[in-house]
Amino acid sequence: MEENKRLVKVPTMAEMAANGEEPEVLFWVGCAGAFDDRYKRVTRAFVQILEHVGVKYAVLGTEESCTGDPAKRAGNEFLFQMQALTNIEVLNAYNVKKIVTACPHCFNTIKNEYPDLGGNYEVIHHSTFLQQLINEGKVKVQGGEAFKGKRITFHDSCYLGRANDIYEAPREVLAALDADLVEMKRSRANGLCCGAGGAQMFKEPEPGKKDINIERTEEALATLGAGNGVIATACPFCMVMMNDGVKNKEQEESVKVFDIAELIAQAEGLSK
Amino acid sequence: MIGIENIIFLIVAAVGIGLFVWQIRKIRKNVLMGRDTDLADNPSERINKTLLVAFGQQKMFKRMLPAVLHLFVYVGFIVINIEVLEILIDGIFGTHRVLGFVGPLYSGLMAINEILAALVIIACVMFLWRRNVTKVPRLATGVEMRAWPKMDANVILITEIVLMLALFVFNIADLKRVQLAGEEVVGAYPISQFFVDAFGNDPDQLYVIAKVGWWFHILGILAFMNYLPSSKHFHIIMAFPNVYYSKLLPKGKFTTNPAITHEIKAMLDPSYQPPAPEVDAEGNPVVQRFGAKDVEDLTWKQLMDAYTCTECGRCTSVCPANLTGKLLSPRKIIMDTRDRMEEKGEHPAIFAPNHYKEMGVERVQTTEQKELLRGYITPEELWACTTCNACVESCPVNIDQLSTIMDLRRFLVLEESAAPASLNAMFTNIENNGAPWAFPASDRFNWAEDLYVPNKN
Repeated sequence: MEENKRLVKVPTMAEMAANGEEPEVLFWVGCAGAFDDRYKRVTRAFVQILEHVGVKYAVLGTEESCTGDPAKRAGNEFLFQMQALTNIEVLNAYNVKKIVTACPHCFNTIKNEYPDLGGNYEVIHHSTFLQQLINEGKVKVQGGEAFKGKRITFHDSCYLGRANDIYEAPREVLAALDADLVEMKRSRANGLCCGAGGAQMFKEPEPGKKDINIERTEEALATLGAGNGVIATACPFCMVMMNDGVKNKEQEESVKVFDIAELIAQAEGLSK
Repeated sequence: MIGIENIIFLIVAAVGIGLFVWQIRKIRKNVLMGRDTDLADNPSERINKTLLVAFGQQKMFKRMLPAVLHLFVYVGFIVINIEVLEILIDGIFGTHRVLGFVGPLYSGLMAINEILAALVIIACVMFLWRRNVTKVPRLATGVEMRAWPKMDANVILITEIVLMLALFVFNIADLKRVQLAGEEVVGAYPISQFFVDAFGNDPDQLYVIAKVGWWFHILGILAFMNYLPSSKHFHIIMAFPNVYYSKLLPKGKFTTNPAITHEIKAMLDPSYQPPAPEVDAEGNPVVQRFGAKDVEDLTWKQLMDAYTCTECGRCTSVCPANLTGKLLSPRKIIMDTRDRMEEKGEHPAIFAPNHYKEMGVERVQTTEQKELLRGYITPEELWACTTCNACVESCPVNIDQLSTIMDLRRFLVLEESAAPASLNAMFTNIENNGAPWAFPASDRFNWAEDLYVPNKN
């Protein structure tokens, strides 16, 4: 089987424009998707899915820059708008109409905050995108039995859930797997933050009794119960926080943290 | 018909209502200290939201027991007020149960009133129990739950019980007196009828007791009404406008400052013409602070939030920062805003700043500055926020705690450059590399190397 695979050449907007082409959708990778070693696997899994179903997509490559979300949540409106206006200039120059991203922070910022600054696009989160692919039968998740009986709990991202009322799409994606989906007590609108939002990702927490990600990981572990299980996330920051939490609790042998795109790519036989 | 008693009543009612209007005007003035914001859009969506969240108590039902108990008090308040209207008419014109002419409908109303009054008493007793005996954590703990908020809550509950008891005293004595006189009983009294003998058989004495009960109830209501503006109980009025003017946009959308947009556009493009700055009445340009340092930097809606807060603590009880022992309590942010507003602007009838600050300051190290930022709310609290919107989601009256936290943070960063060092490093990374981490922008596309997909068979 080793030879039955092909090297992916990820198309960029610049190349497409040079060929006079436009993609169906721009995949906004995000900083974590481009630089975080663990989270790069999510970016790659999502691209594998895009390639597998034959969606005409492109990325900005090195032309992409931070949306400005962490700056804005930290109170630096000036830096946020600098980033936003520069990005909007790039996006508008390429006549981008539709954007998909795996990062809820990028998703929220481009969808909700760019329009005021002249950036109007159809923005969808990869959970909704994957849900659509599954519903349309383009992703069949034939390898879903591999997950049979496996306990999966989904951790809601604040910027996907409360911020944008997307609770069901990631759950429906997970439901396509033949797994045992269990809910934490605090879920959906009552979900507990992983602790990284609002630029907390980039600073030490304030003095307190406990770290937020530990509180959340304890809840997830209690929900999964003994034995193997998966904490499913749909946000790069949540993934880092939950991974750290699982390591802190020394459960990394039995409990894995995966993005929903990774689980779908695994079930589809695209990656291990 | 109209005697000296009616005239006294008229004067008392006029004074009570006048005093209330005077207090409302002060509060209106305080709220209008805030910056202007246009929230007149989408009236139909706003009305729907008000019907669901304010009238329908939708968000209360996330927690069943308090929701049901609160519903008793809420419905009791609304329905019993129809009888209060009658009391006002009777008081002014010397009539007796003037609405009695509607017959069976009146009987039904009086019967419902009595049952509701009994439920209100039960609910209030249980609320007192929750606060003072079982000490539900969100009601009993937190640095902001100082002397006044705790006393205020108990005053409200006890007053409500006493008011309902006065209504029963009036109904019981009046019913017995009418029965003794052989008159036709107007209305139905499913609870009072079991207690008709409680006050003896002397018609004169019954007349006096009924009068005392009646006067106590109406004076109690007038006094309570004037207590509202000093109390968290003011939510019974403010909940409605506050929900009406609440945010209709996705919770993740934070405000954008157009003044900054013009500045950046002018930087990027020297030919860009920013619009003329706003001018005040004397034609001087209005210098607007970036972010908020004090109450006048917040919008009137954010100030209205502070007058709507019931101090229920649902926000704080779901705040991830608070749950893990950080100083931040969204309820404190809102209560501080109100206290500061009243310190700086007008204040209602009962106002004792000592009662707000004297107890339980614990680890929150405020300064003597007469400003919201640092004088009441410390940077440590603000930096603990994860902007997760759990507080906003939990609030039964649609207060936006997060918007106030964000505006205070913006002041720290934009006007004082007082962000924690690690965040300043993050800003520098974004400026230099276009990413919050220190990776070269040229490496941004490296993730795509050596990526394979299986061939389709």
